[in-house]
Amino acid sequence: MNRFLRSRLFWISLLVVAVAAVLPLWLSGYILGVLTAAYYFGVFAMSWDLLFGFAGEVNFGPTFLIGLGAYAAAILDNQWGLPIPVCVLAGAVAALVGGLLLAVPALRLRGPYFGLVTLVAVLLLQNAIVIFAGVTGGEIGMTVPDVLSIDPGVNYWYALAFLVVCAILLFGLSRSAIGLILQASGQDAIEAQALGFNVTKHKLAAFCVSAVFSGVAGAMLIFYMGTASVDTVVDIGIGVQVIIAAVFGGRRTILGAVLGAVFLIVASELLRPLGQLNTFVVAAVALAVILFFPDGVLGYALRRGERE
Amino acid sequence: MSSRPRLEVRGLTKRFGGLVAVNGLDLDIAAGEILGLIGPNGSGKSTAMKLIMGIERPDAGAVRLAGTDVAGWAPHRIARAGIGIVFQHSRPLHRQTVLENIKLALLPDSLLRLAVAPGVDERARAIAERVGLGAVMHRHPSTLPFADLRRMELAKAIARDPKVVLVDEPFAGLTAAEVRDFSELIRSFRSDGRAVLLVDHNVKGVAALVDRVLAMYLGERIAEGSADAVMQNETVRRVYLGGKIVAVERPAAAAATTTPLLALDAVSVFYGKAQALENVSIEVREREFVSIVGLNGAGKTTLFNAVSGLVPHAGRISYAGRPLEGLAPAAIARQGVVQCPETRELFGDMSVRENLDLGGQRLPTAVRATQLDWLFDLFPILKSRQRQMARTLSGGEQQMLAIARALMMQPKLLILDEPTLGLAPVILEQLSKALDRLRQSTAITVLLGEQNVTFALPHADRVYLLEHARIIWEGDPARFAREMGTGYL
Repeated sequence: MNRFLRSRLFWISLLVVAVAAVLPLWLSGYILGVLTAAYYFGVFAMSWDLLFGFAGEVNFGPTFLIGLGAYAAAILDNQWGLPIPVCVLAGAVAALVGGLLLAVPALRLRGPYFGLVTLVAVLLLQNAIVIFAGVTGGEIGMTVPDVLSIDPGVNYWYALAFLVVCAILLFGLSRSAIGLILQASGQDAIEAQALGFNVTKHKLAAFCVSAVFSGVAGAMLIFYMGTASVDTVVDIGIGVQVIIAAVFGGRRTILGAVLGAVFLIVASELLRPLGQLNTFVVAAVALAVILFFPDGVLGYALRRGERE
Repeated sequence: MSSRPRLEVRGLTKRFGGLVAVNGLDLDIAAGEILGLIGPNGSGKSTAMKLIMGIERPDAGAVRLAGTDVAGWAPHRIARAGIGIVFQHSRPLHRQTVLENIKLALLPDSLLRLAVAPGVDERARAIAERVGLGAVMHRHPSTLPFADLRRMELAKAIARDPKVVLVDEPFAGLTAAEVRDFSELIRSFRSDGRAVLLVDHNVKGVAALVDRVLAMYLGERIAEGSADAVMQNETVRRVYLGGKIVAVERPAAAAATTTPLLALDAVSVFYGKAQALENVSIEVREREFVSIVGLNGAGKTTLFNAVSGLVPHAGRISYAGRPLEGLAPAAIARQGVVQCPETRELFGDMSVRENLDLGGQRLPTAVRATQLDWLFDLFPILKSRQRQMARTLSGGEQQMLAIARALMMQPKLLILDEPTLGLAPVILEQLSKALDRLRQSTAITVLLGEQNVTFALPHADRVYLLEHARIIWEGDPARFAREMGTGYL
């Protein structure tokens, strides 16, 4: 039964990816640009779901990790002109190190305190960027001389390929033995320990994985947009959108987070004619889904599947 | 087989603030032996179990597992060293099947082994079969009955072949037939050569199963030996039975008036299609003490919730001559109908004093102070525990606090729902005395719901027997003892 479900999910995903891959043949550069941003957002949301859905820790500051990756890459490229792959790698390392410095002390705290620490971390990063404006460009942001491509179709394919690779890795991890241990740790830490699992070690590992994926995605996004600024990769509002995307798509599903991200970004673009109302409408729809389907869109579909 | 016990505990001690939960406890369990660790609520038996597992860190003492001292280790290391535990409450993985839940217990504590090792599947299936989950191993836990969930916990605890198995309240919530099955399973752990520790409230529950019993009270060992010897032990009898509870005289009989304070007329309650209360008509007169006795599930809590306005009902409920229909629960409480629920509903992270102050929030300061003094006189233990967090109180103390908080609201009608739930007889006696004083010294009307007839009868002016959603008997306590005494259970 489960195997059937998994294979059905696999075939659906394959079909979706195939359709997504040929979209540049029909769609305008503008729409492709929106989707490209949405795909990077999807990776942010998936990384967040690994931590929240599986390890059970609410990270209110996903943009701390994203921002570290983005700014580390941007600074290296802007100041020293290092090649993009090196910058992206440096972004991953920066997010990992920053994440570890944050998580090691924070994971000792219980309940909502972990979330609060992550929230404060974002504010700290935001302030640091403004204070060291000479290196970071401060509130205005900084441009990066290198970009992935100037062709929207190519940029789109980069983003799609990156999303697919990340999805395979993160989804695979969530369905592995470690994903099982993480879920147990998130749901009942004492019982998980009594079953012989070092809960702190597993949660820390989940945080590291989440940090690396967030950092790389942040760096990639910079090289797509050509600029790094607080408003696009660090602001708490961006973090909230990542969280909404993951919860909207479905907690503990990984893939649902991608659906949520694409919905949020595409819907707010489609509703742009509404002006100020557009963010309001998108937020209201997301709120309604979270209130009435707390398991999210994909979570709801999977549960129905389980009952059958 | 070596003569050394499999598990040796020496001088185990744990303090929570000023409270010594476990004080210099020694115990031994040999391989292939079942030891029952018993004690009333608050005796420290659960803490002792958590100390052995490492969930709480001992302040002093040794826990030697086959000679290695594991005291103070993290729980996952103790688990890997060979101790398994069956929790009373657990949260299984709901998106996974029973089999996957069991497989979880077989996984290595490694970040690098992503794939499930070969053989794990087969082993998990074998364990599922062994505990009697063979037919349901591909189902999700949420679709299983309670007994099967407990089987799953047993399966997880023995999955990695532990040398020592700790079981918390092995039979709580199980039917007689299920108790037999579980006893058989636990006996099979013994024949595997494991050392088994059963933690329970009383000897009776585990007597048939254990090789030896160790009784605890106030953190210390008070008796040890065969189940029979411990049951005969003078100290144990005193701790458990207290003095004999006898019917209290009824000076209040004259005080009870004939004016009905609360009257239920043909009240029915449905939960979906299930009828929880069927045409119940009862009457409680002013200053009267009425007991509603009935087994778990008879409908007592539903009856009280209907009165308090927490569940919708058919039929009429009137209080002091006015109908209660259409009033919100808070409005009903303000009229003086205060329910002290079975689940106690204390504010765990607030101190004893804060819980009481909240109850008396609507009273003027002077009245509140008087009321508080009176309650501390009624429950002296609460006075000494004023600053303690409600969560850290023992079960009996929590119940006293729940009653005291309800009394702070100066009810005209106090509804007590199963105050004895999970409490040891010695606490029951204290509660019983407090209720007696309450009845002697105030004009309060009490409606008590109880399963425990011995507790419910002595104070009652009148008794109703509730069975399968219906009132099947009404009368005074003496007649109840004569007519229904033996047939009740």
